[in-house]
Amino acid sequence: MLDLLRGLGVRFLNWLEALGRASFLWVNAMAGLPRWTDVGLVIKQIYNVGFLSLVIIVLSAFSIGAVIALQFYTQLARFGAQDAVGLGLALVVLRELGPVVTALLFAGRAGSALTAEIGLMKTTEQLSSMEMMGVDPLRRIVAPRIWAGIISVPTLTLIFNMVAVFGGFIVAVEWLGADPGGFWSGMQDVVELWEDLGKGMLKSVAFAVLVTWVAVFQGYDSPPTAEGMSMATTRTVVISSVLILASDFLLTLVLYGDF
Amino acid sequence: MRMRTVEISVGAFVLAGILALVFLAVQVSGVSLRESEESYTVTARFDDVSGLRVRSKVSMAGVTIGRVRDIAVDTEWGDAIVYLEIFGAPGSLTADTSAQVLTEGILGARYISLAPGADEEMLDEGDEITETQGALVLENLIGEFLTNLGD
Repeated sequence: MLDLLRGLGVRFLNWLEALGRASFLWVNAMAGLPRWTDVGLVIKQIYNVGFLSLVIIVLSAFSIGAVIALQFYTQLARFGAQDAVGLGLALVVLRELGPVVTALLFAGRAGSALTAEIGLMKTTEQLSSMEMMGVDPLRRIVAPRIWAGIISVPTLTLIFNMVAVFGGFIVAVEWLGADPGGFWSGMQDVVELWEDLGKGMLKSVAFAVLVTWVAVFQGYDSPPTAEGMSMATTRTVVISSVLILASDFLLTLVLYGDF
Repeated sequence: MRMRTVEISVGAFVLAGILALVFLAVQVSGVSLRESEESYTVTARFDDVSGLRVRSKVSMAGVTIGRVRDIAVDTEWGDAIVYLEIFGAPGSLTADTSAQVLTEGILGARYISLAPGADEEMLDEGDEITETQGALVLENLIGEFLTNLGD
């Protein structure tokens, strides 16, 4: 019994210590204004995590928009309310699915890659040699990746939203024959710029911070072994996915809760 | 040369994001330049506005001519004061315009329908619409019907 308690205590302290290390990492990496000479590094990382994620984002967005339109259409057609497909689709995508699915895909596509990259740099002692040369690896390696994530995820979310609405339009209007006027005007009547799009984007920025933070920390903190790195990569995807979904609920409560 | 393709790709990526933002703002959320256009506010008192919300439509003959800007309650008289934002310059509505809370669609969204009168005077900023009919609440109607049935 005592051993069990002691074990729990140790695990909790270890967890707390990791959280503390992660916070220090984030603060140290982001402390100080970004220097203009770092812009090139950030651009390179936006290419890696943002541009190269475009294909998976566009394909998923199109399928999700199409399937939501299909589901809404078949159900709403029973009440003769096919015109509501557009607004239902737009609200679901802009408020929830856009930010959440983009962040989940980003965690799987780019977060894991970030962890593996930084973990390998650590394993091959590139980070230590940078320190030897007087270059701060936090500013040179970690900070540009976090900035790139914070820029890329909202941009990807915007693209996701657009493609999903377009996919829904193709299915509902072009294929199933809903009225295009009703599709767009129903959407425009209900969707608000700040209330739906703006708050969705706010969520997306929060997810970006979470995912990049977890990814970078897991890479930086991984044991310098092959096994440690594979565990760190897995943990990045698992932890960031859970964090995204849990914080999505909290954010929705704070942003849309009526109290 | 390698850096150049990277930069071009990132530029295209950011441009796609901006285009998506414009598309979402204009086509999806329907931001129009109308909001910066002229509008004026008139008030109307209703005995019941159940289901009416801020930003609900104000229409005449089925055409949207404004939005509900605010809804307040007058506890002394027990009625609701609705502030209607009418697009355009004052002088488009007669002073004896009547307002009615109606229901639209299967989801029961409430809106305000205005019907013009024959007065020569026009409603100005801050004027009140006096001829109003509130929302029909089903429970009240049934209650009234049952009372009448008992008589």
